[in-house]
Amino acid sequence: MQIIYILWLRQIKRYFRSRSRIMGSLGQPLLLLLALGYGFGPIYQKAGGGNYIQFLAPGIISMGILFTAVFSGIEIIWDKQFGFLKETLVAPVSRLKIMVGRTLGGGTVAILQGLIVLLISLIVGFRPENIYFLPLTLVFMALIALFFTALGTAIASVLEDMQGFQRIMNFLLMPLFFLSGALFPLQGLPKAVMAIASVNPLSYGVDGLRGTLIGGAHFGLLTDFSVLGLLTVIVLVIGSFLFSKIEI
Amino acid sequence: MIKVENLTKKFGDFTAVDKISFSVSQGEIFAFLGPNGAGKTTTIKILTTLLKPTSGRVMINGNDPAKEQNAVRRSFGIVFQDPSLDDELTTWENMELHGVLYGVPKPTRRKRIEELLKFVELWDRKNDLVKNFSGGMKRRLEVARGLVHHPKILFLDEPTLGLDPQTRNHIWSYIQNLNTTEKMTVFFTTHYMEEAERIAQKIAIIDHGQIIVQGTPAELKQQTKTNSLEEAFLALTGKTIRPEEVNAADRMRMRHRVFHH
Repeated sequence: MQIIYILWLRQIKRYFRSRSRIMGSLGQPLLLLLALGYGFGPIYQKAGGGNYIQFLAPGIISMGILFTAVFSGIEIIWDKQFGFLKETLVAPVSRLKIMVGRTLGGGTVAILQGLIVLLISLIVGFRPENIYFLPLTLVFMALIALFFTALGTAIASVLEDMQGFQRIMNFLLMPLFFLSGALFPLQGLPKAVMAIASVNPLSYGVDGLRGTLIGGAHFGLLTDFSVLGLLTVIVLVIGSFLFSKIEI
Repeated sequence: MIKVENLTKKFGDFTAVDKISFSVSQGEIFAFLGPNGAGKTTTIKILTTLLKPTSGRVMINGNDPAKEQNAVRRSFGIVFQDPSLDDELTTWENMELHGVLYGVPKPTRRKRIEELLKFVELWDRKNDLVKNFSGGMKRRLEVARGLVHHPKILFLDEPTLGLDPQTRNHIWSYIQNLNTTEKMTVFFTTHYMEEAERIAQKIAIIDHGQIIVQGTPAELKQQTKTNSLEEAFLALTGKTIRPEEVNAADRMRMRHRVFHH
């Protein structure tokens, strides 16, 4: 337990010490909220969708969590290159504990980031419908955070250096985000796009967040929770396995 | 304490370590020498559970690093060739993290960390972030960290690289002291031949993945009819400069430097 805690604490300390990273990673969500929220707002309203900021905010919060979580996982490559990983790998500690400590740490950081984006969206004009659902919102934030941190860890375990990193950005993170229903409603989409969205784990996270924040989940909260929960367990197991195979 | 028999490690077609055998007894200081790319670091990685051997037998304190990994990991401390500190943590935090990972109980941990940091003269800097440290300070910290759990065996992969003579002497005298008082076995690599000659009780020289000679410094000199270990080393391994492969880590560090400075 102490080992998981100290590895968790390390991630948290690193997060709070890199203020420039925190600030930098907030620019994008803010820009999207302002540009898309206010840019498409009038059209969305005319089309009968209601207030677009209300619709958009949960999507942007998910994005904040997604990016931070995957990056936290990917940090392993950094640790591999700059040596710290060796220090943990020669320690008499099970690989599973190292993986769990890191994932919880990265996940916590991603949740914090999500909360900050939530705060920003409140400033921009977002209003949750029902504050009693907020604990459930937190549950979904945690699930998104854990799932994607574990996914990042799994990917980082098999990558050798940061070269593959740009590819992951372009071919994984961007599609995950844009094809998740974060920016548009899933109702009435072309079949192909809908098919992709429904196999995209982030769709269930966005849907869960939206459901708990403003109501009207597309898949239903229970489905969202079960799908995301199950996937998180699976990717944690795969991630731990790949992590335990790291040789440096 | 360390027993290696016919150890071989292949990466694809390339044989990094080729059927080497040697042994180090308890309380011995053993130098593992060789030109760049000879297979030193690969051997250390296998002994310390970071790599799995292709074939051969290894025993560390009676355990096989490929199978009883945690038992082996508990028995040694290591100072790596490349830095392995967390730059975003303070001196104290790096030491503390190590102590916790090795399950050193809190009171003992606190006491030892203080002792070690005072010894390497980093106690005043205990709350400073490691990223602000010079290369020599980081090295001292790594040595101190490797000793927090009082290992039975200490692996040092070029521990004194880039250090001034004062720091080198300081570190070695501490290690020699632990070697005599605690019977700590020391396994080290270095490119400073006079250091190996002065400190090691036994030496093995590896080249192209094979051990070409082992013995005491005196035996090596006698065998090659030379006056110093450096001359003996050159007589045994030749004078050609070895090509070194640039690995992913070096490329990354290069890019890191370009971006951050």
